[in-house]
Amino acid sequence: MITAKTTFSGYRRENGRVGVRNHVIILPVDDLSNAACEGVAHNIKGAMAIPHPYGRLQFGADLDLHFRTLIGAGSNPNVAAVVVIGIEEGWTKRVVDGIAKTGKPVTGFGIEGHGDHDTIRRASQVAKEYVQWASELRREECAMSELWVSTKCGESDTTSGCGSNPTVGNAFDKLEPLGVTLCFGETTEITGGEQIVADRCATQEVRDRFMSMFNRYQEVVERHKTDDLSESQPTKGNIAGGLTTIEEKALGNIQKIGKKCKVIGVLDKAETPTAPGLWFMDSSSAAAEMVTLCAASGFVVHFFPTGQGNVIGNPILPVIKLTANPRTARTMGEHVDLDVSGLLQREKNMDQCGDELLEAMMRTCNGRLTCAEALGHREFVLTRLYESA
Amino acid sequence: MIHVLVHDKKDTVGVVVVEGVKAGQELTGWVMEGDATIKVKALNDVPIGHKLATKEIKKGDTVIKYGHDIGRAVADIRLGEHAHVHNIKTKRW
Repeated sequence: MITAKTTFSGYRRENGRVGVRNHVIILPVDDLSNAACEGVAHNIKGAMAIPHPYGRLQFGADLDLHFRTLIGAGSNPNVAAVVVIGIEEGWTKRVVDGIAKTGKPVTGFGIEGHGDHDTIRRASQVAKEYVQWASELRREECAMSELWVSTKCGESDTTSGCGSNPTVGNAFDKLEPLGVTLCFGETTEITGGEQIVADRCATQEVRDRFMSMFNRYQEVVERHKTDDLSESQPTKGNIAGGLTTIEEKALGNIQKIGKKCKVIGVLDKAETPTAPGLWFMDSSSAAAEMVTLCAASGFVVHFFPTGQGNVIGNPILPVIKLTANPRTARTMGEHVDLDVSGLLQREKNMDQCGDELLEAMMRTCNGRLTCAEALGHREFVLTRLYESA
Repeated sequence: MIHVLVHDKKDTVGVVVVEGVKAGQELTGWVMEGDATIKVKALNDVPIGHKLATKEIKKGDTVIKYGHDIGRAVADIRLGEHAHVHNIKTKRW
């Protein structure tokens, strides 16, 4: 049973935020710098490269989101220190300066004029210092109100709406009164349940902002769709799992926000919340994109209910997976942190499963690796808004 | 053993929550809202996670799950019949 007096062991960072992991990351500004970052991570044990495919010739809002995501990822309190590598120094400095606002150690390197060998050599020296420094940081007792928890479901089926999603909702209803900062999103995946979310918004202003984000995303779908979207939303996997329409999927999806939590605010992609409580983030419903945005917004632990068995992880944000599908629990057990299939047979009730999820969360926060971490799932996927120049 | 899970009393479909349901099988359903039990006979083999009709549904009817609209029946769906993309379509995109 978790109360306001419950504590967990976290890493308190220079800006006061609390993390549950102590990563030293080697962060590429762009696709061209992945090789150098991986070279550094190969040299320095305990440093983690986070490769991704973008960062060249982006502009406008798409470029802003790119920087916000990289700076957010580096600023996440699960990260102790950061080495940034970019092809040139200007944009590299922009990412370094953004992360430096947290007060954590961060150094940037531009490859042009040096080449990979010299860049890897210089960056490895700094990464080594960071890894040794971070290895002496100690966890300390932290209050529940210092915890930030996000959620997103994936490869959903009908058991998600019956069991694993309402388990997350039950946990969220218990965390919200403790002052925990919470987040959900998946804008198109609310289609059919948007009025239910709108009715949960705390104020008319939040409601209006939510509906404008929802309607904007609907317009994107309407503009680009070539058929009825019935193989993307719901996906082939959803349909194989028994989900028939987007409305059915959405009504299952929003079980994750529980029965009591109010939506206190709406975030743009990778935007950082400014107060405790439940936030909606305008975001893709693609698993790795959404979880990466949660990491960039500063969330430190993630609940991921799955039906058919999504295997996602994230390099920065520990992803706790739960399923209510007994077949998935049996056939994909190595990916499942919590099996709540007992709910479907009335062997357990929602309150018990919510408590089990919170127990799994506490163990994860205190240092236990999730299945995805142990299996090396580090999907870091940047959301793009439109074509590069 | 619970074979079928129904969220709300108003629902017209329920979810098969066990593997290997065969046509002709007598199933026990649990209506979560109000904690009631129902009986329904499966008219088809239905995989785990898929739905069957827990009430008679006519072509054109709104299909109800979680007490809400999840789409439109594009064919008659008999009590106990497999209810999925072949007989239910979205009302959105």
